[in-house]
Amino acid sequence: MPRASLPAPSYPLVRKVLDNGLRVLLAPDRSSPVVAVAVYYDVGIRSEPEGRTGFAHLFEHLMFQGSANLEKLAHFRYVQSSGGTFNGSTHLDYTNYFEVLPSNALSRGLFLEADRMRSPRITEDNLQNQIQVVKEEIRVNVLNRPYGGFPWLLLPPVLFDTFPNAHNGYGDFVDLESATVADAADFFDRYYAPANAVLTVVGDFDPDDAFALIDEHFGDIPGRPGPTRPDFTEPVLDTERRKSLPDPLAPVPAVAAGWRVPDPVGSFGDYLPYVVLGEVLADGDASRLEQRLVQGDRSVTQLGAYLGLMGDPFDVRDPTAFVFQAHQAPSASADQVLDAATEEFDRLAQDGLHQGELERVRSRLLAQVFRDLDPVLGRTQALASAELVHGRAELLSELPGRLAEVTADQVRSAAAELRPDRRAVLEIAPGGAE
Amino acid sequence: MTATDLVEAALAPVAEPKVVPPLGPVPKVKQPTAAERVLPSGLRVVAVRRPGVPLVELRLRIPFGGTAAGHPARGSVLSNTMLAGTEQHNQVELAAALQALGADLSVSSDSDRLIVGGAVLRTGLGELLGLVAEVLGSAAYPNREVAGERTRLAERLAILRSQPSVLVGEALNRRLYGSHPYAHELPTVDAVQAVTAGQLRKLHADRIRPDGSVLVLVGDLSPARALDTVEKALSGWTGPAAGRPLPALPPVERQPLLLVDRPGSVQSSIRLGGPAVRREAPDYPALQLANLAYGGYFSSRLVENIREDKGYTYGPHSRVSHSAAGSRLVIDADVATEVTAPALLEIWYELGRMATLPVSAEELDNVRQYAVGSLALSISTQAGLASTLSALIGVGLGLDWLREHPRRLAAVTVEETFEAARSYLAPGGMVTVVLGEAARIADSLAPLGPVESAALESAVLESAPDRASV
Repeated sequence: MPRASLPAPSYPLVRKVLDNGLRVLLAPDRSSPVVAVAVYYDVGIRSEPEGRTGFAHLFEHLMFQGSANLEKLAHFRYVQSSGGTFNGSTHLDYTNYFEVLPSNALSRGLFLEADRMRSPRITEDNLQNQIQVVKEEIRVNVLNRPYGGFPWLLLPPVLFDTFPNAHNGYGDFVDLESATVADAADFFDRYYAPANAVLTVVGDFDPDDAFALIDEHFGDIPGRPGPTRPDFTEPVLDTERRKSLPDPLAPVPAVAAGWRVPDPVGSFGDYLPYVVLGEVLADGDASRLEQRLVQGDRSVTQLGAYLGLMGDPFDVRDPTAFVFQAHQAPSASADQVLDAATEEFDRLAQDGLHQGELERVRSRLLAQVFRDLDPVLGRTQALASAELVHGRAELLSELPGRLAEVTADQVRSAAAELRPDRRAVLEIAPGGAE
Repeated sequence: MTATDLVEAALAPVAEPKVVPPLGPVPKVKQPTAAERVLPSGLRVVAVRRPGVPLVELRLRIPFGGTAAGHPARGSVLSNTMLAGTEQHNQVELAAALQALGADLSVSSDSDRLIVGGAVLRTGLGELLGLVAEVLGSAAYPNREVAGERTRLAERLAILRSQPSVLVGEALNRRLYGSHPYAHELPTVDAVQAVTAGQLRKLHADRIRPDGSVLVLVGDLSPARALDTVEKALSGWTGPAAGRPLPALPPVERQPLLLVDRPGSVQSSIRLGGPAVRREAPDYPALQLANLAYGGYFSSRLVENIREDKGYTYGPHSRVSHSAAGSRLVIDADVATEVTAPALLEIWYELGRMATLPVSAEELDNVRQYAVGSLALSISTQAGLASTLSALIGVGLGLDWLREHPRRLAAVTVEETFEAARSYLAPGGMVTVVLGEAARIADSLAPLGPVESAALESAVLESAPDRASV
């Protein structure tokens, strides 16, 4: 079956850098009368200052509170009454803002993004309002539920030592409540320069027309120097680290382990085998860990193995991690689960892959890549983050080919790195017990 | 001028005010090519061409409602073990064969239907259909796999029932659906533990039938050829329709606010449920627009009030929930414990405002644009179109309904929206449930009207036995 010969969708890319430093990436696609507009700023959770945990995310909320020419609420209303949808999100290494619109609203979408890049309207009232909203967001997603923040907020402090990598990106309530309008103005000034952003537009437009509109809306935003990105690297672990947290709301124990992996940008070729490894270990009933832990030992009820603390294999910089996590059967200890997983990693490292295993896993990965790219928004986000983080949106079209080049030996070597002495382990103890 | 104003001024533009650009001419939406066939077995098959990525999305919808005690438990274990092996392949062999096709296949069930759904690289469609046929014809429900899944499902149910959203949803369903099977969609642990492999084989033989079922394929395919492929692959799957229609929903009865105690909660989960109508009802488009204006999208009255003005919550929502036996309006908001009563008052206030004063023409136009645009976006993907079509065809609607719906929305008037709001958004016609720390909120709720208090166990857990027989 010639699955490798399936044509990877390729997207023509057109680029331009405005005088103010804004990088522009266009991917025209006339097949459907929709457009997506996304602005990615090169600032995320890792860049927030000490004493201001959660600030990057709070600031993302503030960017929706009105701008130079728009009252509060106007942004939402203009997008939605055009028949479009919008959102923004805060990641470890970037913050994004995006709209998907019928193609007749392209100019409007560009205007809305340009207006807040020019100057968001950050007032004391709006700040206090959004601090409340963010606190409720944290309560609904973390504090009022079992396993809140497991493992994405809970594992980093075990895995990392430095503030940028280890701290809680949702933020401490004391820090959030201490945020001031002056903090926001500083943060905007430092990180939201046009030169620190990538504007990506995908969909139904003519590139020349789009460039003209982009010049019209973004061209007169004054340029200022972008920040210098700090070095966030940390030494890898050479002894195991462990932490156990009580969770009074949790009915059963859970465990997560993280291992550092090669630089996902600078050592992309060494990093990709871990993507394949995640599939071999945990995708579907034929995967190694499902067979061993769920069907065989019956020591876990559900499990996952993936790259990136936020499940972000291709849009995160160094340092990041390969993560394994599982909800245990009540009778199984964390060590029982971890020891059995280690046996499976060792088996893979020693005996390699079974016949056909690499091929079927590749087919699944290929299908997953395609499925993520079908929605115009998914495609836009993948192109934008590849352009911002990797400096090359072309990576997206190359990905199926690059994944197909990963060899069985590389997967085997990656499995050999998942040793107990290199891991950070977080346990959730149910019912408040230590 | 305060310090705040100074900072604001520093950020403010020096340039002339700019004007938000108007919209261009409305773009024409291209209609996809589609083909439909009812096979001799009674299976309805719809294939739609939507290239873009080289995949095909598949949704097989089988009517699966049941009124027997224990049906939710048997249905859950059945859908979780349908792919645990066939006469020809064991669980791992089947999963490996699917993986090799680049296929993702899963089975899920609820009170109305069972769905076998997934996606596959377009090169593997024929083989995927072959494996689906094998599962439909000879799923084995091996004793060992069924026993393992029973235990896992019981543990997953414990995890689900530790989530406030699940608990308050169950409490609302009890209130909204009374003795109807919808009141008990999630099975009890005891009922799950009692399920046997033999019962699953019988349930499969009795209910997994092509007649009355619908298969939707959307993606990089030729519709006519895809129908032939399906007919060939599924020719051995036969059997007359076995689905029995569920009883009609009981009317929503006026009841006191139900306060369910969840000690230690740092938020109160507020849920309201009320009457609604099916998609084919003449006043449905007006209800859809009235609901959007109330709380159905971000620019709604409810979001602008209790999030953007008062900061009580991260995200309130309001939606029309469609099921085979009928439709209901459901509102949710998780709010800080200390503002539970004021938040509920605002939720009711905005309902009352919808039901007593008409929306403005501008507000109606805004929700109309959003309804038309977001529908087009939601069906612009292979997966989105497949799921939407499957749901529509499952209730007797289809591509025509989708094509016509923008025109129906365009025709809705201010008066019709007001009439729909009066009928379906009146606060007096709804039931209200609050899940939270009762000791901290009971007193504040008392002035708003009668309150019935319940412990978690009695509101949800103990009343959960599968007594859904009607």
